[in-house]
Amino acid sequence: MAEMEYNVPSERWPSHPETATHEGKNKFYGFWIFLAGETTLFASLFATYLALKDSVPGDDHLLAADLFALELAFVMTMFLLTSSLTSVFAVHHMRNNNFSKMQLWLGITVLLGLGFLSLEIYEFIEYTHLGHTFRSSAFGSAFYFLLGTHGAHVVFGLIWITMLIIRNAKRGLSVYTAAKVHTAALYWHFIDVVWVFIFTIVYLLGVV
Amino acid sequence: MASTAEKKGFWSVIWEYLTTVDHKKIAILYLIAGGIFFLMGGIEAMLIRLQLAIPNNDFLSAGLFNEVLTMHGTTMIFLAAMPLLFAFMNATVPLQIGARDVAFPFLNSLGVWLFIFGGIFLNLSWVMGGAPDAGWTSYASLAIDSPGHGIDFYAIGLQITGFGTLISGINFITTIITMRAPGMTYMRMPLMTWTTLVASVLIVFAFPPLTIGIFLLMFDRMFGSSFFLVETGGNTIIWEHLFWIFGHPEVYILILPAFGIFSEIFSTFSRKRLFGYSAMVFATVLIGFFGFMVWAHHMFTVGLGPTANAIFAIATMAIAVPTGIKIFNWIATVWGGSIEFTTPMLYALAFIPSFVMGGVTGVMQAAAPADYQYHDSYFIVAHFHYVIVGGVVFGLLAGLHYYWPLMFATMLNETLGKISFALFVTGFHVTFLIQHFLGLWGMPRRVFTFLDGQGYNTANLVSTIGAFMMALAVIILLVNIVMTVAQNKRVARDPWGDGRTLEWSLPLPVPYYNFAQTPLIRGLDAYWIEKKENNGQMLPAESLDDFHMPNNSILPFIISAGLFIAGFGALYLASGREWAIEAVSDLPQHPWAIWVLITGLLITFISMGIRSWKDDLGYYVTKEEVLNDLEEQERGGK
Repeated sequence: MAEMEYNVPSERWPSHPETATHEGKNKFYGFWIFLAGETTLFASLFATYLALKDSVPGDDHLLAADLFALELAFVMTMFLLTSSLTSVFAVHHMRNNNFSKMQLWLGITVLLGLGFLSLEIYEFIEYTHLGHTFRSSAFGSAFYFLLGTHGAHVVFGLIWITMLIIRNAKRGLSVYTAAKVHTAALYWHFIDVVWVFIFTIVYLLGVV
Repeated sequence: MASTAEKKGFWSVIWEYLTTVDHKKIAILYLIAGGIFFLMGGIEAMLIRLQLAIPNNDFLSAGLFNEVLTMHGTTMIFLAAMPLLFAFMNATVPLQIGARDVAFPFLNSLGVWLFIFGGIFLNLSWVMGGAPDAGWTSYASLAIDSPGHGIDFYAIGLQITGFGTLISGINFITTIITMRAPGMTYMRMPLMTWTTLVASVLIVFAFPPLTIGIFLLMFDRMFGSSFFLVETGGNTIIWEHLFWIFGHPEVYILILPAFGIFSEIFSTFSRKRLFGYSAMVFATVLIGFFGFMVWAHHMFTVGLGPTANAIFAIATMAIAVPTGIKIFNWIATVWGGSIEFTTPMLYALAFIPSFVMGGVTGVMQAAAPADYQYHDSYFIVAHFHYVIVGGVVFGLLAGLHYYWPLMFATMLNETLGKISFALFVTGFHVTFLIQHFLGLWGMPRRVFTFLDGQGYNTANLVSTIGAFMMALAVIILLVNIVMTVAQNKRVARDPWGDGRTLEWSLPLPVPYYNFAQTPLIRGLDAYWIEKKENNGQMLPAESLDDFHMPNNSILPFIISAGLFIAGFGALYLASGREWAIEAVSDLPQHPWAIWVLITGLLITFISMGIRSWKDDLGYYVTKEEVLNDLEEQERGGK
């Protein structure tokens, strides 16, 4: 009986399936509030970073202006911004009750996220070779903690979306699964917004 | 499904509580666990007062005193006061707004288990190599060099409970936004619900900075970073900012729900509508808003400069305005009322002068230049105990007596309640009033002893005697609880006779689905309106039908246990490593620690994955079952 309710036939498919159920609506509000908390989390990280930027023990340590190159950061930004766009496409198809297209765009989102992640790992390895590590200076600690927390969010988001793609493959689209997909998409947008701030505060501010 | 009437075996009751997602049972879990931690924090307080009873005392060594003092503060704030408030929020808020449960029952359960496991983790430090000893504020400049794992227990333990608190905060906000019964507009919500909402918003914005602060401390001590290490470019003031950006809202997180409890009690036992309801609501919101703009008043002596100090001084003084509005509204509520002096009402009445005294010393300290005199003296200790004991603890004790029948369907003994009230309030003032003077005479806080002949002897002895009076009051309260539970004399609907808000309209014990039919709310003090204008029955807002309820789950317990295990892994991973801070790298190495960390995290994340993977659709309570229950209540009523 309970299961029936979630499987809405396509002619009655709501325009906002993610908030069609009471649980879905709760999830929607609750997740926005969670993101408010996440915002203060990253605000604290940004404040810490700004307080410790270029704060190194000696002249032989690299500073932000020596390290950061906008080219790589730009490519990473493009990967992540595009992945946010593809997740919008996925949610669009979810609202149109087009399951296969939704899955496809979610898959593309994951691939773009993986692209971003590999570039970030590459970047970290480069910096480590240059002597800029988590343990080399307070600047290093703050840099890796800020970007690492963001990167950890990306990893978590990728695992989350991948799991949703697999778990929903058999189940198809219902108002129950739609709420799950929509929540993950919100999270993915949030990660993207945080990256925009990282690009501005860490990279742009670093090279000027 | 879960019918509560049938007799169950011991293990099935335990299993029920381990897996429950029912907010009423979770409230009981919070009450029991928070109560136990309250007793532990109380014992630690007694040890502190015993050590300070006479000059040059050697009852506790200096190091042990620091540990006891740190654990007293940390336990009372994080593991006693907040969880006990959560107990009453859980017990009342869904009932006050006419909901069948909270918005996220699963997360509610996760919140309580994270709190319990975090609390146990923190307290295991006593038997696993020493407790934290840098004060409950754990300033980085002190904490960084603290030997052994004490500070690491503090950091990881608070991290785990902190996640639980954050989750509970999100849950309450969502519940209050989305789960209100028809007619329950925002401006008809009882004050307890309003203060819960504002306190939850504060939690959502205040706890993440603490999370980050604690991560910085953990990384510096255990993983070789240098956020607070000045020689590699670090800055210890960052900790102070992050801690107090959390820490000051935290005191409002504590006091606002207590204000809510008092508001309910004043209006119930004065048999009057709360005076200035809308002013009370706006004062609550305003206090919450200002609460975020005053953190640096804890740091006046750090040297932020006169401009910063002036801004924070004025903002701090401004908070006295909405608080004053509240005090006058409470007085006006009682004024001309038909007053009944029950135990909760006595606590509420004693709260007003006690809290005002704490507030006045607070405004004194808000004057930054004067604060240089009070800073780090017993004057501060007296001030915050006046607001936290005189405000929060009075509120908790009042709430315990007031909401006991709602939670357990029995009444605490009023005579014993009043005896314990008289002892507690007298003991409280004897303990802490004199500490203002001790501070002004120059006694610094956080000292493990003092010398003879400095003029501190009598005052400290008086303070210790007062502490013992409070301890006696708590013992009498425990006797009262044991007696009440043993006698198990059931009370029926509206046990105080003057219940005004929706929760008192329910039969006792409250059915697990709360409301057979969602009620229609016709105004503030919804139940009182129906009593005066109708037959005392809430009008239904829906026809009697099947309705949906959430499934129990053991996963919250397992997720929390996983983090608890991972905590030990992280802690011992750092032992003896060259990258860790000296205090930790001197300890013997534990090669197994990494596997403990991985196992714990796997348990947590796999459980989260299972939660996401499985469809959890809940179950339906049938119309027949509800009708049966209603008939039974009718028969019981006659």
